[in-house]
Amino acid sequence: MSAHAHDWPDRLFDTLKRGGIRQVGYVPDAGHARLIERCRADDEIHDVALTTEEEGIALAAGAWLGGERAALLMQSSGLGNCINMLSLARTCRFPLLMLITMRGEWEEFNPWQVPMGSIVDPVLKLCEADIYRVRAPDEVAGAAERAVQHVFGGEHIAAVILSQELIGKKVWTK
Amino acid sequence: MSLERRDAMAALLAGRGDDLLLVPGLGSTTWDAMAAGDNDRNFYLWGAMGGATMIGLGLALAQPKRRVAVITGDGEMLMGLGSLATIGIRQPRNLAVIVFDNGVYGETGMQPSHTQGGVDLIGVAEACGIKQCLDVRDQEGLDDLARRLKSLRETLFARIIIAADEPLRVLPLRDGVALKERFRAAIGVKP
Repeated sequence: MSAHAHDWPDRLFDTLKRGGIRQVGYVPDAGHARLIERCRADDEIHDVALTTEEEGIALAAGAWLGGERAALLMQSSGLGNCINMLSLARTCRFPLLMLITMRGEWEEFNPWQVPMGSIVDPVLKLCEADIYRVRAPDEVAGAAERAVQHVFGGEHIAAVILSQELIGKKVWTK
Repeated sequence: MSLERRDAMAALLAGRGDDLLLVPGLGSTTWDAMAAGDNDRNFYLWGAMGGATMIGLGLALAQPKRRVAVITGDGEMLMGLGSLATIGIRQPRNLAVIVFDNGVYGETGMQPSHTQGGVDLIGVAEACGIKQCLDVRDQEGLDDLARRLKSLRETLFARIIIAADEPLRVLPLRDGVALKERFRAAIGVKP
């Protein structure tokens, strides 16, 4: 682990920028808070706050139709909201890059997060998405870079899964 | 006396210009768009119900110098109602969302939609902060909407009250990859 273990969202942001991402759809999320902040502050990126994650699948399709690359940030629970809309990416072979923060898999306080969290990998596989799972801060940027290359190089669907262990547990009492 | 859907689509697309990009929603509006004349700059939807408006948003942000029209039905719009809130806080100048509202789900057997039950899509769009909202009920209103679409300068939402009928289906290409590729090629996006 590097001395900059907590900088991984910034390195992830740099990777997205280098990868030419111009639209970022997101549902507010604690694990993605820093990345969302960086996207919102960047003039070259259209940040689009969504009311539900499936909107982001359609947003990314529209972006690609218009020649722009998009990324979709969400929490594991949000993947469940996307399943039918993923048909759009699969049928039309739209490139789709998802960055998913995990809940319900490691030191989870809220049992309501577990059912969806526990089926993220099989759901992604059924939807023909390739999975890049990250457990340590040092792995984040590299995995994201490979995912960007895979998604936009060949119009694939991929998800970078950011483990709950990486993000840390949610603080419930202050 | 409500408007006929095919006439309404034809009026909106007459002399459309190369800078108009069209996303018709799943179902009847896709058949209407095809009936008005196939065009490489149409991205027909055979699925993705509830997604037409968001495809339009991504496209409008990516292509700020072109006009983007989403023309969809009340049922498709109702499934993606949240996307009006998402558009409400972005408001690209080059995006128009136009709903053909006949109060029924035509593709599944004319069952009543929520708009027939009193849900007002204009009220929703206004509440989402969209300033240019048009309630179109006659030829005069349709002509006004067509004019505004031609010189689009701010986000536009329109509801057109149309007759609940089922004209013959005119089916476009179903191959999503081909639809995507021809659309991108038509507007000069590099492969």
